[in-house]
Amino acid sequence: MRRARRLLLVSLLAAPLLAQDTTRVVEGVRVGITYTPGLRPGLLMLGVPRLALLDSVRAIVERDLDFSDRFEMITLPGSDSLTLAIGVGAATRGATGPFVNYALYEALGADYAVSVTDRADSGLSVVVYDVKGQGVRRIVPVTVANLADPGFRMAVHRATDEVVRAAAGTPGIAATRLLFVQNGRVYRVDADGGDVVPLSEGGAGAFSATWAPDGYRAVYTEFSRGLGRLVVHDVASGRRDVVPPTTEFLNFAPAWSPDGKTLAFSRSNEEGTQVYAYNLAEHCCLQRLTAGRFSDNLSPTFSPDGRRIAFASTRAGTPQIYAMSVDGTEQELFAPFDYGVTGSSYAPEWSPDGLHLAFHRDVAGSFQIFVMDVASRTVRQLTSAGRNEDPTWAPDGRHLAFVSSRTGTRQLWVMDMDTGRVRQLTRLNGTRLPSWSPRISGPTNH
Amino acid sequence: MRRATPIILGIVVLVIAAACGGNPPPPPPEPNADSLAALERERLAREQAVRDSIERARREAEERIRRAAEDSLAALRRTTEEVRGMLAAMINFDYDRSDIRPGDAQILDQKLAILNANPNLQVEIVGHCDERGSDEYNLALGNRRALAAKQYLVSRGIEAGRIATRSMGEEQPLNPASDESAWAQNRRDEFSITAGGDMLMRPPGM
Repeated sequence: MRRARRLLLVSLLAAPLLAQDTTRVVEGVRVGITYTPGLRPGLLMLGVPRLALLDSVRAIVERDLDFSDRFEMITLPGSDSLTLAIGVGAATRGATGPFVNYALYEALGADYAVSVTDRADSGLSVVVYDVKGQGVRRIVPVTVANLADPGFRMAVHRATDEVVRAAAGTPGIAATRLLFVQNGRVYRVDADGGDVVPLSEGGAGAFSATWAPDGYRAVYTEFSRGLGRLVVHDVASGRRDVVPPTTEFLNFAPAWSPDGKTLAFSRSNEEGTQVYAYNLAEHCCLQRLTAGRFSDNLSPTFSPDGRRIAFASTRAGTPQIYAMSVDGTEQELFAPFDYGVTGSSYAPEWSPDGLHLAFHRDVAGSFQIFVMDVASRTVRQLTSAGRNEDPTWAPDGRHLAFVSSRTGTRQLWVMDMDTGRVRQLTRLNGTRLPSWSPRISGPTNH
Repeated sequence: MRRATPIILGIVVLVIAAACGGNPPPPPPEPNADSLAALERERLAREQAVRDSIERARREAEERIRRAAEDSLAALRRTTEEVRGMLAAMINFDYDRSDIRPGDAQILDQKLAILNANPNLQVEIVGHCDERGSDEYNLALGNRRALAAKQYLVSRGIEAGRIATRSMGEEQPLNPASDESAWAQNRRDEFSITAGGDMLMRPPGM
């Protein structure tokens, strides 16, 4: 009954919008009913008065909620106007506050309604309404309410992540950033594609950047006079420190241990390429974790409990994915493969919840993204369009960013493993080697 | 008798006068400034000519020596350039492979001979990859390619310390295009001189 009413309303109000490709995001118009309707809660973004600040916040929140892929976003023509705003379109006011038309929102299929409001103290709040419970679920203050403040967008992203937590039980990933390399330079970009800012010096030749678990530092390779040294870069202060033992040889593909104390990385020299670990906290104890005169071992990634390291190795001929303890013992094949049949496998990255391992594998001369379920060691292919490589996990463990050439140039794309929805993150020339940050909790300089 | 004396005297005088023909006797040859200068000039000219010829001979000799030296220097330089050219010849690899292709062994043998003929020569080998491989893996693969060429030379007697290796992965393509021929060009080892390359000897028989 409710479903019929909902469909009727939706088709009346949004008939031209029903034929949606869930893998394409059309700016501001998406009725998310093509994907398993009913599994995800419906979310209606309410309109705000036409003020620059409120409009901006509303637009950012709506997009972040959409990109969380946890809600059926109910977007109707004119829904960004006051038609669906709080306290409008009703003759009477509720006893405890402005009138909220729960009946209409429910008819539209919404489980939650979200609104951006002015506060009495001139601040801003994002309010989450529980439509069925007919009450306010959560009021999330936006800590920066000034469009000109460089921390404005990240403050709104953080508020949205709290909205997601209130409605879905687990925070969103809007307040995160990705590092990537373009033309020998490391950049960072917000998870919604905004704010592309260079991090490393131009012209130095930078490579394979990775976030520290604190989300405030990055480490990347800098090519210098034929060597590749690792540089730890503090994002807020801009301070750069060369990791001491990496001033010789070619050091690349670093990974930070979850406790932030150890850097694992690949080193190429006369012994081939091997995985090393360095105690960054005590500045000591460079240790080689792999050996093998005739095989290369590279691209380490820590398990989130900090006890295992997965890496790529050519010990069986073509590169495949192996794992070992953090001291280099207990080495084993990790992602199963058929010798001579399965394509080469590269660039493993352990998911933040420890359940999955993402990597890319050669399929018919091109690369595709694969994910292995760590418990069962079953592997499934996630992509098929174009060349897709170098996956990196969002902190929610369900979104993956990767490099794809599906539009002709190498760009960063984001895929939601649960819904299969894919969106393009960058529109630059030749981006590669992404690394997704943890949630950025505190204020940053930008 | 006394009377005769003046007559004799007179005769003598006459005779003398007659002898003079009435004209003053030719003056004794006095030094002629012009002819002296001419003589001097002649002498100087002769001396100068002698000096000039000596000088000319000396200059010619010097010139011959200089030319000879220049010729041999130029020859040395030419040789050095040629040897450098041979040394810089790249070798190429099959996709995702680091083994030396049979045709490229000749190129490495040439380098082997050059290293043997020039004991002070030190070189660096840089391995490169095409863009098709995985970005990080390509650094390891480029390293393997450089090591493969080094191993070829070291196993034939070249001291390992004379050969440095490194990798640029796919970061420095020779040809930025994205087609088979560009990829084939980009999968390569480059060779460069790091020391002892100012004057290079041509290996015997080359």
